[in-house]
Amino acid sequence: MNTEILGVVAQIVLMIVLSYPFGKYMARVYKGEKVWSDFMQPVENLIFRFSGIHPQEEMNWKQFLKALLVVNLFWFIWGMILLVIQGSLPLNPDGNGGQTVHQAFNTCISFMVNCNEQHYSGESNLTYFTQLFVIMLFQFITAATGMAAMAGIMKALGEKTTKTIGNFWNYLVLSCTRILLPLSLVVGFILITQGTPMGFDGKMEITTLEGVTQHVSQGPAAAIIPIKQLGTNGGGYYGVNSSHPLENPTYLSNMVECCSILILPMAMVFAFGFYVKRRKLGYSIYCVMLAAFLIGVCVNVPAEMKGNPRMDAMGIAQDNGAMEGKEVRLGAGATGLWIVATTVTSNGSVNGMHDSTMPVSGMIEMLNMQINTWFGGVGVGWMNYFTFIIIAVFISGLMVGRTPEFLCHKVEAREMKVASMVALLHPFVILVGTALAAYLYVHAPEWVESEGGWLNNPGFHGLSEMLYEFTSVAANNGSGFEGLGDNTWFWNISCGIVLILSRFIPIVGQVAIAGLLAQKTYIPESAGTLKTDTVTFGVMTFAVIFIVAALSFFPAHALSTIAEHFSL
Amino acid sequence: MKNKNHTSLFQREQVMESLKQSFVKLNPRIMVKNPIMFTVEVATLIMLVVTLYSATHTSQGSFVYNLWVFVILFLTLLFANFAEAIAEARGKAQADSLRKTREETPAKLIVDGKVKTVSSSQLKKGDVFECEAGDVIPADGEIIEGLASIDESAITGESAPVIREAGGDKSSVTGGTKVLSDRIKVTVTTQPGESFLDKMIALVEGASRQKTPNEIALTILLAVFTLVFLIVCITLKPMADYSHTVITIAAFLSLFVCLIPTTIGGLLSAIGIAGMDRALRANVITKSGKAVETAGDVDTLLLDKTGTITIGNRKATAFYPVAGMDKHAFVEACLLSSVSDDTPEGKSIIELGRELGVRMRTLPTEGARMIQFTAETKCSGIDLKDGTEIRKGAFDAIRRIALEAGNEFPEETEDIIRKISGNGGTPLVVSINRQIAGVIELQDIIKPGIEERFERLRKMGVKTVMVTGDNPLTAKYIAEKAGVDDFIAEAKPEDKMNYIKKEQAAGKLVAMMGDGTNDAPALAQANVGVAMNSGTQAAKEAGNMVDLDNDPTKLIEIVEIGKQLLMTRGTLTTFSIANDVAKYFAIIPALFMVTVPQLAPLNIMGLHSPESAILSAIIFNALIIPILIPLALKGVAYKPIGASALLRRNLLIYGVGGLIVPFIGIKLIDLFVGLFF
Repeated sequence: MNTEILGVVAQIVLMIVLSYPFGKYMARVYKGEKVWSDFMQPVENLIFRFSGIHPQEEMNWKQFLKALLVVNLFWFIWGMILLVIQGSLPLNPDGNGGQTVHQAFNTCISFMVNCNEQHYSGESNLTYFTQLFVIMLFQFITAATGMAAMAGIMKALGEKTTKTIGNFWNYLVLSCTRILLPLSLVVGFILITQGTPMGFDGKMEITTLEGVTQHVSQGPAAAIIPIKQLGTNGGGYYGVNSSHPLENPTYLSNMVECCSILILPMAMVFAFGFYVKRRKLGYSIYCVMLAAFLIGVCVNVPAEMKGNPRMDAMGIAQDNGAMEGKEVRLGAGATGLWIVATTVTSNGSVNGMHDSTMPVSGMIEMLNMQINTWFGGVGVGWMNYFTFIIIAVFISGLMVGRTPEFLCHKVEAREMKVASMVALLHPFVILVGTALAAYLYVHAPEWVESEGGWLNNPGFHGLSEMLYEFTSVAANNGSGFEGLGDNTWFWNISCGIVLILSRFIPIVGQVAIAGLLAQKTYIPESAGTLKTDTVTFGVMTFAVIFIVAALSFFPAHALSTIAEHFSL
Repeated sequence: MKNKNHTSLFQREQVMESLKQSFVKLNPRIMVKNPIMFTVEVATLIMLVVTLYSATHTSQGSFVYNLWVFVILFLTLLFANFAEAIAEARGKAQADSLRKTREETPAKLIVDGKVKTVSSSQLKKGDVFECEAGDVIPADGEIIEGLASIDESAITGESAPVIREAGGDKSSVTGGTKVLSDRIKVTVTTQPGESFLDKMIALVEGASRQKTPNEIALTILLAVFTLVFLIVCITLKPMADYSHTVITIAAFLSLFVCLIPTTIGGLLSAIGIAGMDRALRANVITKSGKAVETAGDVDTLLLDKTGTITIGNRKATAFYPVAGMDKHAFVEACLLSSVSDDTPEGKSIIELGRELGVRMRTLPTEGARMIQFTAETKCSGIDLKDGTEIRKGAFDAIRRIALEAGNEFPEETEDIIRKISGNGGTPLVVSINRQIAGVIELQDIIKPGIEERFERLRKMGVKTVMVTGDNPLTAKYIAEKAGVDDFIAEAKPEDKMNYIKKEQAAGKLVAMMGDGTNDAPALAQANVGVAMNSGTQAAKEAGNMVDLDNDPTKLIEIVEIGKQLLMTRGTLTTFSIANDVAKYFAIIPALFMVTVPQLAPLNIMGLHSPESAILSAIIFNALIIPILIPLALKGVAYKPIGASALLRRNLLIYGVGGLIVPFIGIKLIDLFVGLFF
């Protein structure tokens, strides 16, 4: 038991310690300063020359967003084609067929928006070719898209007055070559040493101890898993994600993978502080996020390690905690930490089944995604926090008797409009989606039955499952309460819509806010200026996020997780 | 007329009028301007239908309960309207009392050189009228001929008469003030109904009130909050259906009205009006609400030295005889030289002499010839009957006189002059019969208490800049002594303009006060330009505020009023949103208490029953509006303790307070309501 807690503490310390130098390094990379990885320059130049990009060409925020959206559309088409025709492409030793159009559509959208919600199983529905050139490629470039967007925002906020916010292509390529690729290589090598397969052979035929013949899927897993974790992607190589013994073989591989979830989102916050030369602001944002993360850890880890009181009542020993849906080699504590890590970020990889976690853990998981700003997805998590900073700055600016400003730029009606719309979107899609599902479930039972009945658990937990699904896609997280039968017409379509809305509207809005702010006159700080790097302002932002983002879900939680919790 | 006269916040007639207005404002066409309260109005209407329905049906709960919910929602609306109405009434009363001064008065209109008596309301822009001693000036205008002493106490509350004369910067007269002496010809400068006061009254009454940019941004935020909670309530219905819970319409509407920020929504316009009203009470007429708001943001304050930082003009503080001259004789000479000198400096010399025991009466002034100051000679003085010539003037003028007469300029004198200049003083050199006799030291007297005000401004983050015609050395000395941050010495009108532009280029907001026509461009350029009422029409047109008191230190007050306005908005928004936590805990358990009994632990306040919980929450929600009206009208107290400390303080009071107060309030109300439901 104590070793489990020690393991949890060690992982958290490791993440924090590693994120600091990484943040510093990333700020230097985006600033174009000299760094150790400059040996990658020839590769980048080749990419730029090949695609006709002038990396030094400055873009205004509209051009920046146009580039971002156009390239996403291109990838979408690219992915669709490859997934459908994958059966006749090379690197398909298992002879898997092409995906149907609607399945490919779902897969493509889901990976394009960095969500990685999977309505398929990698072993049977993908080939090694599409694993590498659709799944892995998307996992790199969508993570890089979020990072590039944040780099643009940092550029905008770091300067006094500017019309341009850097070059999207440049940031995109740098994010891949300087950050994601080197880190993925390191993580990948560690995983190989732990037993994760890396090769292009087909299914391995083995005879088990019981004498049964089993076909074990393998392939280039160690190439894909690191970026899955690092890029807050979460789409597993295998169907059951990091619970799979080859995807996550040992406690050590689990530690590395768990740290990989948070290291870049954490480092991005430090990077912001270094980039705009306001380290204290970076630290204070980091502390607020870390505090919220730790609250989740302190609820979930004990809840999972303590086990289910109903089991105790039945006289069943659960010394190892609530082990339903968990891996014995990892333990309840490590899974408790992972579920918090994967939900505060928009990662969504799992090393145990969230559907089986305790109701209170389920609530924390959902709240993390409903808030979606505690570290969050690489780049985009900080950007969500930025939205709430704008709102917090506005209210607290008024409280000190000054029209609000953030980083020396006035926050006015236009920014407020965008920020509040972005903040509104998230509860809107989650609550409307869940309400629609609940409505259909109650009022159109025959139709729901024709879709396979959806829920495997009636009652409070059933509502939790539906709420979780929409929360997960809205947060671009991709994890699921797997009790929900979600590979149906309703869930594919509704989730697809939510996925696109909640990925691109916030990015567009947040980059626009930064772009608009950057164009305004620079107002030097005075004694009357509200300091945003103080504890007070951190508390203020936390309160705004909690009241706006979390409390709007209070009624929904009351009927699902909270009711379930009090029923135990 | 000053604010001291209005001690009570609510006056009987105002309250009666506001009560009437509360109902008039229920008109949806007026209501829709405030999106938050408009949704409450829609909710109230729905509730009315539900109440009527429940008289004959039972599915929506009892009739009495529904009726109470309807009544409370209706009261919430009335309270919000009342807040706005009372703020308007107060502003209007203040403006009316100013307007009273300019009621119908006879005007002596000059037509083709003949005087014709007409009513003041018939005066048009460009008309010329005349006024004699005892006449009330019928309209705002500018003196084109003559000079008069005028009693402006009707507007400023200041009883001492002021001199107004044609030409120069003191040519403006205000309707309603009284001519005490002499005769003036005045040309009307405003159309009837378009004077600053008329504009101000229209602003307060809401006829031409436009939302300020900050108000718009806040309204957007509040509207989005409203939208979020609308979604929360609508989506709760299918989820409740899923859990087999029936939620009555009354409960849904109560949850919705409680969650949306009605407190700030109901008080928002009252806060804005009260801001303008506070400015008016400080005798400042603002041309827009935005000007008050901007004043709160001001980074740099341009202040004229004379009258603002120092008292009027310089005063004589010491006599320094030279060349072995007897001190007493020198003082006598100084006094003689100032006999006919009407300038404040001249008078102060006589005063100082008297303090030293030299009396004017004993001096041989009979038959003497006075020499007035002219721009060429740059000195004044007296030629006595016995032929003695005494002159006093600027150092180079007197030196020229001495040197031309072949006398030398003693080195000792130069030492004294250097010493005086170094102390921020101005030396006046005196010669007797073209020989240097000594030096008079003139000093600026810094207004008592001004240093503390500058310190206060510095803590607010406002930089003060002194504008003066003095040489840089003197300016620096006074600037240091008074504690201003920067100064413009030897200032020409365009220097002010350039300084403002320079500050604005660095992103700062600048406020200044001025009265002269040559101040007009700078007043227009400044973000907040306060023109003195005594100033020229051009200055008043250029600025965005007019100070009726002609008090140059008023800028400081205006900045505080602006800050107060924003702070009141911010703190009440925080309070309103923080209230939601308690309201959730009151209503959510109440909604599900029957069908999901497991949720009982959420009823942390231990409220009596679902009905009493819901009623208590909406009663609290309604009552908090009138309770906070005084705060909205008076504004949150501003303390210059730095932004971070201020945020901490307000967050503690209004944020944490806003979390805790409703828990207590709702519980107390429930104790009472629980007796009936």
